[in-house]
Amino acid sequence: MTLLLGSLTIGLILTLLALGVYISFRIFDFPDLTADGSLALGAAVSAVLLVQGLHPVWATLAGAAAGVLAGAVTGLLHTRFRINNLLSGILVMTALYSTNLYVMGRSNVPLLSVRSLNSLAEAAGVDFFGRADISLFGWPVMVRDLTMLGCIAAVVLAACGSLYLFFRTQVGTAMRATGENPLMIRALGVPTGWMIVVGLMLSNGLIALSGSLLAQYQGFADVQMGIGMMVWGLASVIIGEALVQSRKLGLTIVGCVMGSVLFRLLIAIALRWGLNPNSLKLITAVFVLAALVLPSLIGQWTRRKGRA
Amino acid sequence: MLRIEDLSIRFKAGTPDEVCVLDGIQLQVKEGSFVVVIGTNGSGKSTLLNAVAGVFPPERGRIEVAGQDVTRWPEHRRARLIGRVFQNPFSGTAPHMTVAENLALAARRGLARGLRWALLPGLMRQMKDRVGELNMGLEDRLESEMGSLSGGQRQALTLLMASWVRPQLLLLDEHTAALDPKAADQVIRLTHQIVTRDRLTTLMVTHSMAQAVHLGDRLIMMNKGQIIFDAEGMAKKSLRVEDLMARFEEVRRDEQLDVSAAKMLKALYI
Ligand SMILES: Nc1ncnc2c1ncn2[C@@H]1O[C@H](COP(=O)(O)OP(=O)(O)O)[C@@H](O)[C@H]1O
Ligand SMILES: [Mg+2]
Repeated sequence: MTLLLGSLTIGLILTLLALGVYISFRIFDFPDLTADGSLALGAAVSAVLLVQGLHPVWATLAGAAAGVLAGAVTGLLHTRFRINNLLSGILVMTALYSTNLYVMGRSNVPLLSVRSLNSLAEAAGVDFFGRADISLFGWPVMVRDLTMLGCIAAVVLAACGSLYLFFRTQVGTAMRATGENPLMIRALGVPTGWMIVVGLMLSNGLIALSGSLLAQYQGFADVQMGIGMMVWGLASVIIGEALVQSRKLGLTIVGCVMGSVLFRLLIAIALRWGLNPNSLKLITAVFVLAALVLPSLIGQWTRRKGRA
Repeated sequence: MLRIEDLSIRFKAGTPDEVCVLDGIQLQVKEGSFVVVIGTNGSGKSTLLNAVAGVFPPERGRIEVAGQDVTRWPEHRRARLIGRVFQNPFSGTAPHMTVAENLALAARRGLARGLRWALLPGLMRQMKDRVGELNMGLEDRLESEMGSLSGGQRQALTLLMASWVRPQLLLLDEHTAALDPKAADQVIRLTHQIVTRDRLTTLMVTHSMAQAVHLGDRLIMMNKGQIIFDAEGMAKKSLRVEDLMARFEEVRRDEQLDVSAAKMLKALYI
């Protein structure tokens, strides 16, 4: 039960990462590697502020704001200085590695003994239920886990809702069109460069928020925690697309949530069965590769069969 | 309405493949005039339209639209004054967005875009009416994805989008070339209807001699980045397809002369 609750919570936290990757990768068709750096950046900034005793809500928001800034840098490198999109992201990601070390002052900041969203949730939960563990369908669970899950679910729901509403506003539709057909939308008077910058700010803000929540949930921020996370987010997006089978805005956002939670659950089960954690990144990468390559391979194969 | 002075554009300047695509173009178009642009492939017609739209900055010269010097304006800023339809029906619309969303984007051309709902009820009603005027049955398909429509339907909608907010200048670049004859006919009739109803100042590139003769009140012919023929008013009205064919033949003969003269010079001096 604890395993299930835990993967559900982490899956929901990483939904914010998946949404960020969805915005850059799918809406803008911009493979933004800043993600790896901004996830750790969000964690680092929040962690340091928490250690200094800032209120957890402000510390979390500050982490997200740092991500917004990182996204702006990548966007400006690409649109103002005409640096290739992959390279812009790689440059910022690389610079962020050192920045994160500098922010934290060392490679790992433990958060178990400081006031964080996690400890706030615990206190609220104990207040509400009157004790530290209760039974859920006959299983004993920590009240802290339950309230944390509730808070995260609320944050994710709010993020999904606002994104859905935003992408149906005048600016939001202009952003979607920027990714689909920049030629057309420039002819309709939209400065596509700015749209990309704002889009990447939004994307990296969500990813940094995800990093900040992840650090608080697992009880530490680590400079390495961002590595491979863009691919992780992409895997979640791909699973989500396979699940909902649609390109409609609302459904793809729901797909991101489902994909992220399911992916996290699958990985947790595989780890439980004795999968070596060191193979995790390899498996994620192979999975994404397969998801990208298989459809066209299968297409070729059926065509060849049809001809024979 | 449109005033082009000494406009020149070279591609790959400073390299051995340097091409002078526009060579000192001078053109003035009066308000409400419908100008048809013809010319052989590669004569610079698309480049002329793109330069006016601001796709690339000119090497030399000045462009004025509706009394404003737009030479240094970026493309998206010029879109306030200019509506465009492209040759490729896929270029003018966003395929995975609905017809209504595409139209809503066009309804804000040149206006600020804020955090208001893109599909406001008033706008939706207006869409039903204006799409209905196309007489293509598309008013019932506002919720369909743009990509599910045919090339002709998409081109008709692109035309409606380009003129939704009245443009000071409408640029059409072979916008029927990729369509089957029936759809091309329909889009041309629609073009005529919209341009005359709203009295739009228009530049239309076409490869169809029939269109060139029947449409517009002025015709210019381009060759090698220059305007080599310009007919207005009565002179334009009296043009026949044969006259234009004869012009093209003349250009071709001159070119052959050029080539043989160059060969002769080479033989003599090299
Ligand atoms: N971006 C570009 N780079 C280099 N050459 C170009 C470019 N665009 C057009 N050209 C060249 O400019 C010439 C004119 O092209 P264009 O204006 O498209 O002709 P038209 O529309 O009259 O057929 C052609 O020779 C073409 O090869
Ligand atoms: Mg052309």
